[in-house]
Amino acid sequence: MTRLLIALVAGALFGVGLVVSGMTDTARVRGFLDVAGAWDPTLIFVMGGAILPMAGAWAFARGRRPRLGGDFPTRPDPGIDLRLAAGSVMFGIGWGLSGLCPGPALAAMSANGAGGVVFLAAMAFGMWAAVPVRRHADSAKG
Amino acid sequence: METSWIYGLIGGLMIGCAGAVFLLFNGRIMGASGIFGGLIDGSAGGRAPEYAAFLLGLVALPALIGVPDTHLTDNWTVLIAAGFLVGLGTRIANGCTSGHGVCGISRLSPRGIIATLLYVGAGVASVALFRHGLGVV
Repeated sequence: MTRLLIALVAGALFGVGLVVSGMTDTARVRGFLDVAGAWDPTLIFVMGGAILPMAGAWAFARGRRPRLGGDFPTRPDPGIDLRLAAGSVMFGIGWGLSGLCPGPALAAMSANGAGGVVFLAAMAFGMWAAVPVRRHADSAKG
Repeated sequence: METSWIYGLIGGLMIGCAGAVFLLFNGRIMGASGIFGGLIDGSAGGRAPEYAAFLLGLVALPALIGVPDTHLTDNWTVLIAAGFLVGLGTRIANGCTSGHGVCGISRLSPRGIIATLLYVGAGVASVALFRHGLGVV
């Protein structure tokens, strides 16, 4: 029960952080990616602000276990492979097209109307389409 | 707006604190694509209830406090193509801006750093092509 409550609080804080930071505004996100236009550096401050407490958390986690039991996630290290590169490029193209990545698409669902639902449905379909690729990569690992 | 970086920094700190709480208490990586995708394809397994609770908070609190204008395009062709690429790409690469970006870079993960350079680079190229080249967005 506590696990669910903490997850709910973390999700809510993530959502509010995305709204406050301006990352739910697709014009701002595309402004960051638009280096040839009126470049908007806000996203760098968002990233920097987010990495700070997160780096502290990783340092604190060393030698400890999660407060509510279990283990910390191990470093998934298939190294830098084609899958990582190709997937990230595909994601980047879609991100630039829409100004949406998964977090803000969910946080701004209430404000994005039908278009937001269409994006999320297409995103869910894309995730489902990735299942064979994920399965193939897993079986190749042996 | 010249004060936008302050809101960016404050919002960013909130995002980082959310990730820190999810990691230190539940032992989970706060990656939006992993959480949403894990529920879509069932790979979340036993983590599914926590992921669902996280999503509920992520969608509900912004809805309650209100989200300012998102300037989302009303071009459904663009939304469908972009959504598909974001979903497929993040699941193939195993992460997005929150997983590879925030959680990966903060632990100096080479994968997170390379992924971030690639999706930002592809995003820049995408805006250059579709906005300045083809004028579709």
